[in-house]
Amino acid sequence: MSEPDAEIVQFDNVGLRYGTGKEALTDISFTLYPGRFYFLTGASGAGKTSLLKLLYLAQRPSRGLIRMFGTDAITLPRERLPGFRRRLGVVFQDFRLVQHLSAFDNVALPLRVAGVAEREITKPVDEMLDWVGLADRRHARPATLSGGEQQRVAIARAVIARPDMLVADEPTGNVDPDMALKLLRLFESLNRLGTTVVVATHDVHLIQKVPDSLIMRLDKGRLSDPTGALRYPPRRTTPAPEPVLSAAARATPDGPPLGFVAK
Amino acid sequence: MNAAALFGRSREGEPGLLPDPRLGSPMPWVIAIVIALTVIAAASGLRNAGARASADLNGGITVQIVSAAPDARNRQADAALGMLTRLSDVASARRVEQDQLNTLLEPWLGTRPGDTIDDLPIPALIDVRLRGSATPDRVKALQAAIAGVAPAARVDAEAAWLTPVFRAIATLQWLAGGLIALLAMATIAAVVLAARNALVNQRETIEIVHMLGGTDAQIARVFQRTAAMEAAAGGTIGLIAGVVAIVVLSEQFSALGSGMVAGAVLNWFDWVMIAAIPLVGVGLAVLTARLTVLSALRRML
Repeated sequence: MSEPDAEIVQFDNVGLRYGTGKEALTDISFTLYPGRFYFLTGASGAGKTSLLKLLYLAQRPSRGLIRMFGTDAITLPRERLPGFRRRLGVVFQDFRLVQHLSAFDNVALPLRVAGVAEREITKPVDEMLDWVGLADRRHARPATLSGGEQQRVAIARAVIARPDMLVADEPTGNVDPDMALKLLRLFESLNRLGTTVVVATHDVHLIQKVPDSLIMRLDKGRLSDPTGALRYPPRRTTPAPEPVLSAAARATPDGPPLGFVAK
Repeated sequence: MNAAALFGRSREGEPGLLPDPRLGSPMPWVIAIVIALTVIAAASGLRNAGARASADLNGGITVQIVSAAPDARNRQADAALGMLTRLSDVASARRVEQDQLNTLLEPWLGTRPGDTIDDLPIPALIDVRLRGSATPDRVKALQAAIAGVAPAARVDAEAAWLTPVFRAIATLQWLAGGLIALLAMATIAAVVLAARNALVNQRETIEIVHMLGGTDAQIARVFQRTAAMEAAAGGTIGLIAGVVAIVVLSEQFSALGSGMVAGAVLNWFDWVMIAAIPLVGVGLAVLTARLTVLSALRRML
C-alpha cells in the first residue's frame, strides 16, 4: 500500500517533559496518513498516554514540531483549538464521562458541542448506543454503569461525530473478548470511511485482528522505529481470512451505524 | 448554539453542567441582601432629590408682615395680597388663616383652656407660588415691589431657608451613591467568588468539554446562565424586602408631619428606577461571571 501524499499528523523530534523531571518522550518522529489504522504499543510507563495527549492536543510538547491537518499545532492559537479538536475522537483510558449526564447525553455531547440540532441527535445516538449494547441503559448515569459499560459509552462518544482521526487509549481494556472484537469492528468501519485510527493497546491478539494495521512501539519514551510505523504482521501475499465473529458481533449484519452524521 | 441544550436540561431531563441554582447556596442570599440595601439607598437618594427639586421648582415664597400693631399688620397684609394677585408671574397667593397659624404655634405656645394667642404680635403670613423657580433675582424684585404697599413685609424663598437642609440632602445623596457603588462591588465580589468556586468544582467536566471541541464561550454561557438565575432569584427577594422597607420608612416619615418630607414622595419614574435595580444586578452578575470564567479558561489549554 503506497502512502497518500497528505499526512494527517507529523511529529518531528518531539520531546515532552513534565515540570523539571526527565523527558517522558524523547525525539519522537513519525507521520500518520489519512485512512490508516495504527496501533501504539509499549510497556506500562513507556509514554503511550503522553504521546496520545499530544495527539489529541491536551498537551503542548516541550520541544520539536507537530503538524496536524496541515497546520503547525505548536503555534496554533487557543481559539482555533476547538475546531481541531472537533476533528478528533478520543477514548480516554479513564473514560472521562461527564458524571451528571446520562449515557445518552454523554454520547450526544460532541454533537451538541458542534451545534448539531437536537432533532438530528436522537436517532444517531440511539443507534450508536444500540450498537455498543447499551440501548437499555441510555438513561443511566456513569456511576451506575460497570467499567465495561462506561468504556463503551466513551467509545460511542468518540465515534459519534465521525472524526477525521480517532485516538483511543486502551479502548478494550475493560470489556470481554466478544465486545472487544465488536468494538474493533466499529473502529475498522470508521477507518474504512476514511478516519485515521490510532489505538494504544497491550493486546497483541487485538492487533492481529487488524491485518492492515501499522504499529508504533514505544520504549522508555522513544519510538523503537523512529522512521514511522512498523508493519505488523508482515504484508500478506494472500487475502486475510475472515475473522470469526461472535454472536454479539454478528448481531448487526449491516455493520456499525456510522452513516448517521453528515460530514 | 443553545448552551442550555448543550449543558442545561436536555429533553432527557438531565441536569446541566453546573448544579441547578438553589437558594440553599449562599450567592442568591448575598445578592438579595445587596439588592435590598441598594433599593433602600436608591430610594433615599431619589426621595431627597425629589424634595430638593419640588422646593426649587414649586417657586414657593413666604411673605411675612412683621408688625406689632394688628391693624397695620392686617392692612399691609391685605395690600400685599392684593398686589401679589395682580402680578402675572404669581401663580397663587393666599393669606394663611389665623386658625392655621394658631395650629402651627400650638405645639410651642400651648393650648390651655382660656389661652389665646390671637393677641400675640405674630407676623401675618402670605403663601405665594410663583410661575417657575424662585430665583434670588425674582425674590429681590418681589421684595422691592411689595415694599411700596407693605413696608413691614419680608420676602423669603423656601429654597433659601432650606439651604442647610439641601446641603445635608446633597451629602446624603452622595452617601447613597457611594453605598450603591460599594454594594455593586460587593455583588461583583460575590459573583467572582462563586464563579471561581464553581470552576474549581467543575474543572474536570470543563476539560472534557474542551477536549470534545467546546469553546470558551460555550462554557462561559453555562456559568452566565447560572449566575443570571441565581441573581434573578436573589434580586427578586431583595427587591421585595427593599420595597417593604421603603414603604415602612415612608410611613414613619409621614407620621412626623413635616411638610418637606411629606412632599418628597417617590413618583412613578423613581419606582421604575427602583424596579430596574435587580435587572442591573442580574446584568452585573452575568457580565462578572462571563469575564471571570473566560479569564480562568484562558489559562487552560
